[in-house]
Formats: sequence, C-alpha cells, structure tokens
Amino acid sequence: MKIIYTDVLIIGGGLAGLRVATGAKERGHDTVVLTLVPPKRSHSAAAQGGMQASLANCKMGEGDNEDVHFSDTVKGSDWGADQEVARMFVHCAPKAIRELAAWGVPWTRVQRGDHTSVINAEKVVINERDEAHGLITARDFGGTKKWRTCYTSDGTGHSMLFAMGNKAHQDKVEIHERLEAMSLIHENGRCYGAIARNLMSGELVAYIAKATTIATGGYGRIYSVSTNAIICQGMGQAIALETGIATLGNMEAIQFHPTAIVPVGILTTEGCRGDGGLLLDKDGYRFMPDYEPEKKELASRDVVSRRMTEHIRKGKGVKSRYGDHLWLDITILGRAHIEKNLREVKEICENFLGIDPAVDWIPVRPTQHYSMGGIRTKYTGESQTLKGLYSCGEAACWDMHGFNRLGGNSVSETVVAGMLVAEYISDFCDSPESSINIHTSTIEKFLNKEKEKIDALLSKKNGEDAYVLRRRMEEIMMSKVGIFRNGVDLQEAVDELEELCKRSKNIEVFRSKSRAANPALFNAYRTQRMLKLALTVAYGALLRTESRGAHSREDFPMRDDENWLKRTLTSWPNENQTLPSVSYEEIPIGNMEIPPGFRGYGKDMTEAHPESKMRQAAVDVIREKLESEGASRFEIQNALMPFLDKLPKKYRGTNERLGENV
Amino acid sequence: MSEEKAPRILKINILRFDPNNPQDFPQIQTFEVEEAYGMTLYVVLNEIREHQDNSLMFDFVCRAGICGSCSMLVNGRPTLACRTLTSKLDENITLAPLPLFKLIKDLSIYSGEWMHYLNEHLETWIHDKEKEVNVDKLEERMEPALADEIYELDRCVECGCCVAACGTIQMKPSFVGAVGLNKVARYHLDPRDKRTDEEYYELIGDENGVFGCMTLLGCEDVCPKDLPLQSKISIFKKNDAKNRTQKLEIYIQTVIYPCYS
Repeated sequence: MKIIYTDVLIIGGGLAGLRVATGAKERGHDTVVLTLVPPKRSHSAAAQGGMQASLANCKMGEGDNEDVHFSDTVKGSDWGADQEVARMFVHCAPKAIRELAAWGVPWTRVQRGDHTSVINAEKVVINERDEAHGLITARDFGGTKKWRTCYTSDGTGHSMLFAMGNKAHQDKVEIHERLEAMSLIHENGRCYGAIARNLMSGELVAYIAKATTIATGGYGRIYSVSTNAIICQGMGQAIALETGIATLGNMEAIQFHPTAIVPVGILTTEGCRGDGGLLLDKDGYRFMPDYEPEKKELASRDVVSRRMTEHIRKGKGVKSRYGDHLWLDITILGRAHIEKNLREVKEICENFLGIDPAVDWIPVRPTQHYSMGGIRTKYTGESQTLKGLYSCGEAACWDMHGFNRLGGNSVSETVVAGMLVAEYISDFCDSPESSINIHTSTIEKFLNKEKEKIDALLSKKNGEDAYVLRRRMEEIMMSKVGIFRNGVDLQEAVDELEELCKRSKNIEVFRSKSRAANPALFNAYRTQRMLKLALTVAYGALLRTESRGAHSREDFPMRDDENWLKRTLTSWPNENQTLPSVSYEEIPIGNMEIPPGFRGYGKDMTEAHPESKMRQAAVDVIREKLESEGASRFEIQNALMPFLDKLPKKYRGTNERLGENV
Repeated sequence: MSEEKAPRILKINILRFDPNNPQDFPQIQTFEVEEAYGMTLYVVLNEIREHQDNSLMFDFVCRAGICGSCSMLVNGRPTLACRTLTSKLDENITLAPLPLFKLIKDLSIYSGEWMHYLNEHLETWIHDKEKEVNVDKLEERMEPALADEIYELDRCVECGCCVAACGTIQMKPSFVGAVGLNKVARYHLDPRDKRTDEEYYELIGDENGVFGCMTLLGCEDVCPKDLPLQSKISIFKKNDAKNRTQKLEIYIQTVIYPCYS
C-alpha cells in the first residue's frame, strides 16, 4: 500500500485550489495538489468576462466601494447569501486582485481621456480621469450598480489561472497530475485525506493529511447542455456526500447563463452585454426593455434567463433544428472593440458557428452554467460536520452566492476564498488538534474498499451501461430541473433519478477491462456518483416550495421568507439509501446588514418575514444615529454587522482607492 | 455542409496504442461515423467512445478552444481537436497523438509534465526580490498599451502544438521551443519582472534556447492562438536599447526575429 503523507492535501488544481496551496505553502505547510488535468487546463481558464472587485478606478466605477459590491451581491443572491461571508468577500476582493496584479496578471488598464462606449444601444463618450491612468479598469456586468468587473480582454480566467499556476511553480507546490480522489478517509468525525487513483496507471494511493481541501469546481455536467468543462462532474461534492457525514448546501441552486451558443452550449461572456450587446428575438426586436425597463439586458442572470425563456414560450424564438433560440447582437460594438475586448467570443463564433460576430448575430439560449450549491462549510471553509475537511470556490457553499451568483463574482470568489481558507487551514495545521491519529489498518480499509468497488465494476456480468444511465440523467435534469420548475415534473424527476440510482449499482464496464487509462472505468464510477448529486439537486428543488433566485417554481412563484429563508442541507448517511437525507438551516435575519427586501425585478413577489421589518427598523435607527454623529461608512457598517474579527489579521486592512484612505 | 444532402459517412482512422499493455502494439483503427451539422472532432470522438469502443482514450476539458488539452495530429497537422469542424475536412480523417510527449494511451498525452518542467526551468513567474506586496494599497500602474501587449503573449495555452511542429525538438528534446521562447518574451516585456537581460540570457542564450532554433517556422504555422511574436520582437528592439547587452541584441536580431518574420 502506497501512503503519501502531507500537511495539506488539496483536491483540484484550479484557481481556488492553487491559491490555497500557495497560501498554505507560504505559511510553511507541506502541500500536495491532486488534479485530473494539468492545473492550467482547469475550468477556471474558461472564465472569460472578468473578476469583480470594487476598485472604483474607471469613470463608470467611480463611487464604488465594498458597500455597493456587498449590496449587489446580497440582492443578487435573493437574500440567500450568508451576509458575513459576503462582507468578508467584498472586503478582500480588491486585495486579491492587487495580489494577482503583482503576480503578473496583465489586467486591462484605464486609459486617460475620452473613449466611446455603447450604453443602452447608444454610443456614449466617457472621459477617464488623469489620476486613474494606468490603474486597473472595469467593465459593466449584470446586476451591478457600478462598472466593477476587472478583466484582461475576455481571457480573464486564463490569465488569472496562468499567473496562479506560475506562482505555484515558484512556490514549488507539489502537483500530482491525473490523480482522481475516489473517497475521503475519515474516522470519528475527522477527515484524514483521500484515496486517490492514478488515471494513467490505475494505481490506488492513500494520501494522508492534516487538512484536506476540496476545490473541484461545480457539477454542471449532470445537465445535458452546460457551459462547464467536461470535467465539472461534481466529484468533489460526491466524495464529500459519500462520507455520510459532510453535508452539501443548496444543491438545487443552479444558475443558467443567458448566452451560451446553440447547439454546443459554449459560453459567450456576459461582457458581450456588459459592453453594450443586445438580445433580439426572431423579428430582430430588442425585447428585454419590455420585461426589465431599468436593467434591460443587464438584469441579474437568473432574471435574464427566465425572461428569455418566457419570450421563447411566446413564440418569439428563432426556430432551429436544435430547438428555439434568440440572438445576441454585438455588431453594434464594432470590429475594433470585438477584436480587442471580446476575442475569445470572436474565436468561438468563427470556430464553432462559422460566423463573424462583428457582422452576424450569435444564436444563444440560456444554458446550465454555475453551481451555487456545494459542500456546506463554515466561513473558514471547514465542513460544518466533518472536521479537517475544507472546501472553497465553486465546489463549496460557504455561502456568498445564495440562490443566484452575480457575473464576475465567481473567479473573484476562487481567489478570495483561496487566500482566506489557506490562512484558516494553516492556523488549524499549526494547532495540536491537527495531529494525525489514524491507524494504517484504517487507511488500508478505505483503500481496499475502493479496490473492491473497481473490481466489482470490471467483473460484473449482464449489468447496466453507464452511458445509458448518464444520458437519461442529463435529459431529466435538463427538461425537469431546469430554469422553470414545477412540482409535477420535479416529482417525476426524483422518481426516475432514484430508479436510475438503484440501477447504477449494477453498472458493468463492458469490454474495456483495463485498470490503467480506461475511460470506460472512470465513466462507470463517476456516473454512479453523479446520479447521487442529481438527486440532491432534484430532491432539494422538489421540497423547496418557493421561488428564490435561480430556483423558480411556477407552482410557487413567491419568495417565501417566512417558511423558506433557509439553506437546504443534504447528506447520504447510509450507503443503501436511494434518496438523500434533507434538513434545513435557518438564515437568521436578526444580524443581517441588509434585511430581506425586494430585489427590484418585475413585480414584488415576496412573502415577507415579520422579522424583516423589525430588523430593517433597527438598521435604520442605527444608521440614522451614526450618520447624524458623522460616523464613517466603516463605523456604520461595523455597528450593523461586524465581520472584521473573522478575517485573518493580515487581511483586515482598509482598502485604498483614489480619493479614499490614500 | 448543406443540410439537404444525405450526410457523409466519415472514416475516422485513429492511431491506437496502450503502452500499459505489454501485448499491445501501435495500429490504425478505422471507425465510421455519420456526419451531423456543426460536428466537431470532440463530438466525433465521444460518439465513437460511447457507441463503438468505450476504451478509446482522448483528452478534452473545456471543449471550447480555451484550455489546450485536446491537441492532436489531425491529418498530420497539430491542432486543437475540439474546435475542428468535420465540415472543413475530407471524409477520410486520420488522428494521431501529438508526438514528442509521453503517450498515456491512444490520443491522450502527458503534456502537463513537459510544460511543468519547462515553466520551472524558465522560471516563468514575476521575479522581484525587493517587493512585498501590500494588498491594501493601490496597485502599481501600468501603461494600458503595455498591459495589452503583455496579454497578447500571455494568451499561450501550452497546448503543445508548436512543440509537435518543431523540427529542432525532434532532434534535441531539451530545446525549449516556441512556447518557451514566447514565455521568456512575455516576462521580458513585463516591467514587474526585475530580471536583467543577463539573467534572461542565462536562461535562453544557448542551443537549448534561441540558438537551437533552425527557423523552420512550423511553430508559427500551427499556433491555435496566432501568437504575434513577430510584433513583440520589434518592440523588443525599439525599447531601451542602451540597457541591453550586446549578446542579447545579437541573438534577438539574428535568431528570434528571422524565426517569426
């Protein structure tokens, strides 16, 4: 039995995982990163449009700060977010971007003087201040009051990931490539690492660590059409679920991005609309202002996706052999802008659609894009129930996105959460409670269990075809657990997924019997796990009889704060279960900085919680009093919902901006 | 492809080999796939794996031309398979793994190991011994045009196509290739990296670096990201020439520049 010991084991080599690795390494802890693919090929690279950080450098970002970013994030989440976590995040986002700037990301910069932009279909001249020249600029994104999304053309994720990857090289972070975590090793409520499988040789290896971090991204591939990379299969969440101890939070909160190309579902960035692109129907008519007169194409993603679907249902979609779609028109931005700031979009249009987006409209429709749900953690990134297990980035639900994530907040979250969680993990590793007390016989038991599972898959006769089960699961998720949901469809989805889950125990790996480099084998066990995840999503959605953020129930259109201001927690305590166990965690209103209110889209569909009004009154009193006393925005914030003491000391400093705290 | 005509039957010839199996030997296997509208090699290979041979090994990650995982030889030419439309190819399509990298199986290669070594060897990160980043302070300023230029070179996805197309590496595996030279150019252009010209010269001023290049230009022909090294080099030349060492100037002008012009 091969056992590798380290201090911090990190599963997943994308932005979040690498940032944890470098952070822990700099604190003097040995780290190993397990990754399915070379880290620089992780899905983080596909983030196009940008990273939100309230730098307030560009003209249209003037006046931005943590408070505005916080308010946008909380409203975007439809009050599902943990407001303390959201506060920690907005406070650290400027720090994370400045750190990345020092590490080499070539952020697009402010150019002093006049430049032309397209706002609400009209050309507008914007004059950038002299004093901002050369600082990091930003573009507009949906659901934000200010231009806050910082970028490098539309290859932001790529540049960030490469800078991060290179930093990991510099820090000599150990990367074990093409290693897949198969199960978490745990005993007495404490996680001690993972059993991993070498995807080239088939060898099983036990990694034993003081702290184990899951940073494997989302689970979009349980849907048939997703913008996600094909490795985003949710295996991190699945192995956490299979411990029976760790819980998953809000798995039903799934985001659909308004503009993925048809039919393949590749993303075109929100930057297209942020920079002035329009959504048009089959008649070339710009329909979004009819639905959302204020924010139009730049309403929150969940809102735009629903409006597009509504419009298609009215018969306004463009017919195609792959179903109805709408048009994204960026021709209005002009060739020069597209070739400089939207070049990935241009390449994608050329290579996958054979069109030139400077001339032609792009066929788009809402497509699965982001997993707000994930491994439920405390603000430190540690599982609420399994000690020593951490998670961050899209894999986790710590929970800053609630039921809808704002564009540009995800790559930002990866690096912010990574830098914070690295500190909390390091503190844990520095403490005596982190010492490893696990017998090798226990480790061997976990390893043998994985070996037996693989043996069973390879030796099974007359079993099920994993592809058949998986494709059916993907179709069910797409058609019955999609943008609009209802009880009848969800019940059918749960029933059929449960049936598929039972059948998946009988999967056989046909013909291809090798243990090494065998795609049939990894498809088999991943399908089993994806089905469990699909059930957490569908079952959570069925039980949540309200509409909140991206979870939209046609039979329960109200946001029901009185009954549903809570997080869904799912777990799988017994291997023989065919449905997850579900419980709920209240989201307390009493300490909210922004009590639940109306998000400002369409008409107010909120069933208010009686406490919301009380809390709002209390907030108003505090604010009024402090304002009259001339208190700063920081003092007012601190009186409403203190959070700084939760942050690692090194990240508590006040952020400097032009004209503020300089 | 016209939508009315009967779809073509594509003949996909794949060079297959499983180095983990001592009994196996390299062979071409042919699969037939009915072409569909808008079909890419990503779709073709998944269809073969799902319906004809589930042991077929290949690598896709983003399947959008962004991550660089799926480079392979398509009719002998290194390229990204995910964004190769079958409609642009003849119905007889031959696929082989990218040469020079360690083969995992069939079309899957271990490019990560190679790139990892390259990055460590060339130290492709910002070198600045002096600086402690104070993340509370305003970021350091940069000329917008310079940031854009750095991004141009930063767009390399380490797909390995230029390596596979490189005549020099065929003979001298220690050569850093266009991917390596581009990275050095990228950091050299970046004022945040404080390495001196002498230090850069130490990195690539030998036959494993610029002096190894035989100027066959295969790299530039196949780069999926059309990296504009040529324009970079002319800026290289314009910039503070007085600070540059004689040697560096010579090899830029005599070796890199002709290589990409």
